[in-house]
Amino acid sequence: MPYDWNFSIVLQYMPQLLWGGLHTVLLSAACIALAVPIGVVLGVIRHQRVRFLAPIAVVYIDFFRTSVALVLICWCYYALPILLGVNLSTFTAVTIAIGLQASAYLAELVRAGLGSISTGQWEAARALGMPGTMRLRYIILPQAARRMIPVFFLLVVEVVKTTTLAGIVTYPEIVYEAFRVSTEVYRPVETFTIAGLICFAFLFVTGRIAMRLERRYAAVER
Amino acid sequence: MTEEVLRIEGLRKAYGLLEVLKGIDLTVHRGETVCLIGASGSGKSTLLRCVNFLGYPTEGRIYLEGRLIGRESGGKMAYRESKLCAVRTHVGMVFQQFNLFPHLTVEENVTIGPIKIRGVPPAVAHEKAAEQLRRVGILDKAKDYPSQLSGGQQQRVAIARALAMEPSIMLFDEATSALDPELVGEVLVAMRKLAEDGTTMLVVTHELGFAYNVAHRVVFLHEGTIYEEGPPQEILVRPRRPRTQDFLRGHTAFRMPEPEMTPAAAVDG
Repeated sequence: MPYDWNFSIVLQYMPQLLWGGLHTVLLSAACIALAVPIGVVLGVIRHQRVRFLAPIAVVYIDFFRTSVALVLICWCYYALPILLGVNLSTFTAVTIAIGLQASAYLAELVRAGLGSISTGQWEAARALGMPGTMRLRYIILPQAARRMIPVFFLLVVEVVKTTTLAGIVTYPEIVYEAFRVSTEVYRPVETFTIAGLICFAFLFVTGRIAMRLERRYAAVER
Repeated sequence: MTEEVLRIEGLRKAYGLLEVLKGIDLTVHRGETVCLIGASGSGKSTLLRCVNFLGYPTEGRIYLEGRLIGRESGGKMAYRESKLCAVRTHVGMVFQQFNLFPHLTVEENVTIGPIKIRGVPPAVAHEKAAEQLRRVGILDKAKDYPSQLSGGQQQRVAIARALAMEPSIMLFDEATSALDPELVGEVLVAMRKLAEDGTTMLVVTHELGFAYNVAHRVVFLHEGTIYEEGPPQEILVRPRRPRTQDFLRGHTAFRMPEPEMTPAAAVDG
């Protein structure tokens, strides 16, 4: 018996699904915004083998890379507020959980990126008389960042996918909203098809931006 | 040519148990071009890297513009990285591999030092960059990226980048060794022009013709010591000591008859 597709009812709920998609985008952006500064700092600490801090960074990175995202989300939402004695919104809790985990991945990416820049670049900057921070900021990091673009966007895609776990603590992201719509209209096939298409559209655009950036900077590299 | 720009006293450099420099004394005066020659492993590059502290000397003193670099503590020299950064701004370095910053245009490569380190206003820095780029004959490539240039052009940009810091002395670490043979000439011509302009230069090179024609003094290094030094007409033509003679024999084992050159070609190399 062929399935009788009917999108008309589900389309009435389109605003709700798009609203969910928007929340997914916002949450992902917040996670990335948290992950980037922490990841860059940790990556530099790891690469430069900064005394005292480097071992701490290793523990941090290993901890978050081996943690289960869903456990982190639940822990940040249910356990962290009790320990800190403050209320955390679902948005804040999930941002902390996924953002910190992403920062650990990013730290390793930054470390690898920095390591890929030849020692000649460090030496040339040093020979000009640049102090260490200036060498990093103007010479090494900009070059490393260009090389990191493809893998960074892979990480962004992973973060977007991970944020769909936020529904577990009732954050209204795309999958959570799809669940709610489908229980209301009893049309799971159409609902999740549309939810899937919204996710696909967003990630596809993200990927295209990545390709653009990569191509633009590849022309400059030797 | 009496004023001392660089003075090296009793310089030693060891990597673990391997002693690469075994007590070097060398003085470079203002406006002087000194060429360092010697076999690979003789310590030429190590010596150069010690002068701008890309490698720290194990022992010995280095004076720049009459000032001792570092502090004495217990018979040894102690160096603070922050002080050395200031020293390096007065010592221009040109590398064998050019090491231009690939993410910056030619112009940005030359201006980034003055702007970020010296705090020179960008407008002034750009003006001075243009001047230096013109000096090495590559002003027309100012907006290009290094990857768009030939090796010889890249190396000339690297020279301009170092010159833009207005250093007391320029160091050249085998500046033409990584270049295709047909590109060596343009870099050597640019270097000769600097020398003729009165730039103080310490040049590690295998280009004996350059040393002969441009250097005021040639220093032959052998196994970490200065084995023989003097005017190029003596060291390169009538070396007195056996190792120098061997070295030069190796360099001139095959010779071609000099081609007939028109006067114009002779002037421009």
